[in-house]
Amino acid sequence: MEAVGLDPAAVVVHEVETDEDADAERFVGSPTIRIEGRDIQAPAETATGLTCRVYRLRDGRISAIPDPADIRDALRQGIERSSR
Amino acid sequence: MNADGLAIGDPAPPLELPDTDGAMHTLPNPGDAPATVVVWTCNHCPYALAWHDRLLDVARDYAEAGVGLLMVNSNDAQRYPADSLEAMRDRHRAEGWPVPYLHDADQSAARAWGARTTPDVFVLDPDLRLAYRGAPDPDHERPELAAGWLRDALTAVLAGEQPDPHLTQPIGCSIKWRQ
Repeated sequence: MEAVGLDPAAVVVHEVETDEDADAERFVGSPTIRIEGRDIQAPAETATGLTCRVYRLRDGRISAIPDPADIRDALRQGIERSSR
Repeated sequence: MNADGLAIGDPAPPLELPDTDGAMHTLPNPGDAPATVVVWTCNHCPYALAWHDRLLDVARDYAEAGVGLLMVNSNDAQRYPADSLEAMRDRHRAEGWPVPYLHDADQSAARAWGARTTPDVFVLDPDLRLAYRGAPDPDHERPELAAGWLRDALTAVLAGEQPDPHLTQPIGCSIKWRQ
């Protein structure tokens, strides 16, 4: 967040605790990072549920979290959208 | 040291599970294998997927020494269809695993062994006593670590020695228990 001029305190952490909540929120796994409601990566799986998400780092490795560069890019795109 | 009910040196609980083609698998008889590896894993967990190739490399590299490796999936397939028997079979066939993929449909094996995560690695000595428990290596994002903790444990067991470390923190997604 700081790298793109945003306040890290603006992050809202939301715990999805039930399958019903996962369905209602179209939650496809943890962690899901949304900027202004938009997922930073289109999920490979669209099935909702309390599960783990699989991410690919930019060098192709599998990871439990997105590539930091992808998060930064998504934040910059979010800033652009907000400023239009 | 204790590992969630199964302490280092304890005899392994029995294991009798079907693979993806329905064939039953058990642990070897005591004394029949120099070491046996049992790994809890699954189809959808990023940690299990990240470590998967490293684990299969270990299976290939130690097969000639007589080390057997069994992969077990205990996840609740009702809530997690990616871990259904059919999905397990498809993956096992498509990827050409050199080891069996066992289905713990009622989760009794996971409970008996105290498995917690995917992956969760158990190494047994020739007498089927627990010699190592934990993660394959320190970091799922670093393929170059090559499941080093597991390899070190197997090297020690094959030499008749106690692995060091013999207990590490299993890291991964929790096993998806039935509700």
